[in-house]
Amino acid sequence: MGEAIVITSGKGGVGKTTTTANLGTSLALLDKKVCLIDTDIGLRNLDVVMGLENRIIYDIVDVVENRCKISQALIKDKRFDCLYLLPAAQTSDKSALTPEGMYRIIEELKPDYDYILIDCPAGIEQGYRNAVAGADKSIVVTTPEKSSVRDADRIIGLLEQEDMEPPHLIVNRIRNHMVQNGDMLDVDEIVQVLSIDLLGIVADDDDVIKASNHGEPVAFQPNTKASIAYRNISRRILGESVPLVSLDEKITFMDKVKKVFGLKK
Amino acid sequence: MASNKWVTIKGTRDGLTLFMNDECSWNELLVEVEEILSTKHLATDEPLITVRIELGNRYITNEQEQILREVIRKHNKLVVDKITSNVILKEEALRWKEETDVNLHNKVVRSGQVLEVNGDLLLIGDVNPGGKIVATGNIFVLGNLRGIAHAGVKGKTDAVIAAAHMAPSQLRIAEVISRSPDADAGGAPMECGFIDEKAGQIVMDRISTLARSRRDLNAFERRVKNG
Repeated sequence: MGEAIVITSGKGGVGKTTTTANLGTSLALLDKKVCLIDTDIGLRNLDVVMGLENRIIYDIVDVVENRCKISQALIKDKRFDCLYLLPAAQTSDKSALTPEGMYRIIEELKPDYDYILIDCPAGIEQGYRNAVAGADKSIVVTTPEKSSVRDADRIIGLLEQEDMEPPHLIVNRIRNHMVQNGDMLDVDEIVQVLSIDLLGIVADDDDVIKASNHGEPVAFQPNTKASIAYRNISRRILGESVPLVSLDEKITFMDKVKKVFGLKK
Repeated sequence: MASNKWVTIKGTRDGLTLFMNDECSWNELLVEVEEILSTKHLATDEPLITVRIELGNRYITNEQEQILREVIRKHNKLVVDKITSNVILKEEALRWKEETDVNLHNKVVRSGQVLEVNGDLLLIGDVNPGGKIVATGNIFVLGNLRGIAHAGVKGKTDAVIAAAHMAPSQLRIAEVISRSPDADAGGAPMECGFIDEKAGQIVMDRISTLARSRRDLNAFERRVKNG
């Protein structure tokens, strides 16, 4: 029986879709059977980031409205046999999906997959409610910006009302030099305000954008700092304790990674 | 007519105090009050005299109180200052209790959430930016207060707001609102806010000074004593 994890943030543009794609990829690298679900009806992106856009025939709305079977709408990833994508519809709007429909789809997928990652749309309306229906766990993505932390706080408040475990946090797009100069919120501060468990941090890395534009999640590459961060997060999702005792250590760890790359380049 | 059995008059510096016997009937009492006040000769050129009434262990309704005030007011040199009684209705006692109870909550009040209580609020946890806590009495936060706190929401101007870490976006007490300075100061530990009567606005101070500025923080006790 698999686990359904919703990846959400409240604010748009903080990296929900990128995180979903990369966690899916890195979990698949660890030989887990993973299904990604894009619930951003009308503004689908996950297929683009995964490089699977041209393979879409049916989408999630077709499944909910019984125009096709789930197995027909699922797209197998071109790199992994154990990674699938259920794409969102581009022509309908968010009301085409209902929490009941989502719940049914997830229940149907659960027996066949180890992890079901649900990419949530921005906002706290219908789209959000669809995405969290049927999820067992949740991951909140935020960037070290005040507005993004504020929205994450709001979303955590809403998630706490749902019948699921307390959410976990990923702080995305950290720029080390700005944090050190005090121009950016530091991770400690964010965790203190949001008071939930930290699952991992991801540095702001040009490679992420480069990889996304090529339709290949960065986690697929073996040695960029972002891919290592995503792979570590995946191992933590599996329950491994990847060293992350204190935050300071973690940042110095990232620094070390940086140095290694500096030498390599 | 029988001599005064039920009403005792005592003169003090502040005026007259009428002690009403609480064992006779209400009507008897009214008749006697009327009689005393009309027979006692009050000089017309004297200044107004304030009258306090002690009812002892007698409960009177609002209507009865109105009648009593009416009777005394007829004698135009007398002003009723205060009517006190040793007894109150259970209903009212429960309401007092509710209004002065300390409500304990253990949670994080996040952005978009509002926590409202009747009486005092003791919050073990944070109030994040965008979150709001509201109480009819005082507010005590054992945690970071970063959002909005509104104490004495029904007009209790002597309410206080205290926090283990005070960095609010706004503090409101009764009708008075104050906001944090635009420069992000980062807040201060163990602070409290209360209305400064002279300035008419909210001032911040260390929690330890509350013992001086709000000696009777225990509202229930104060109410029982003063009615």
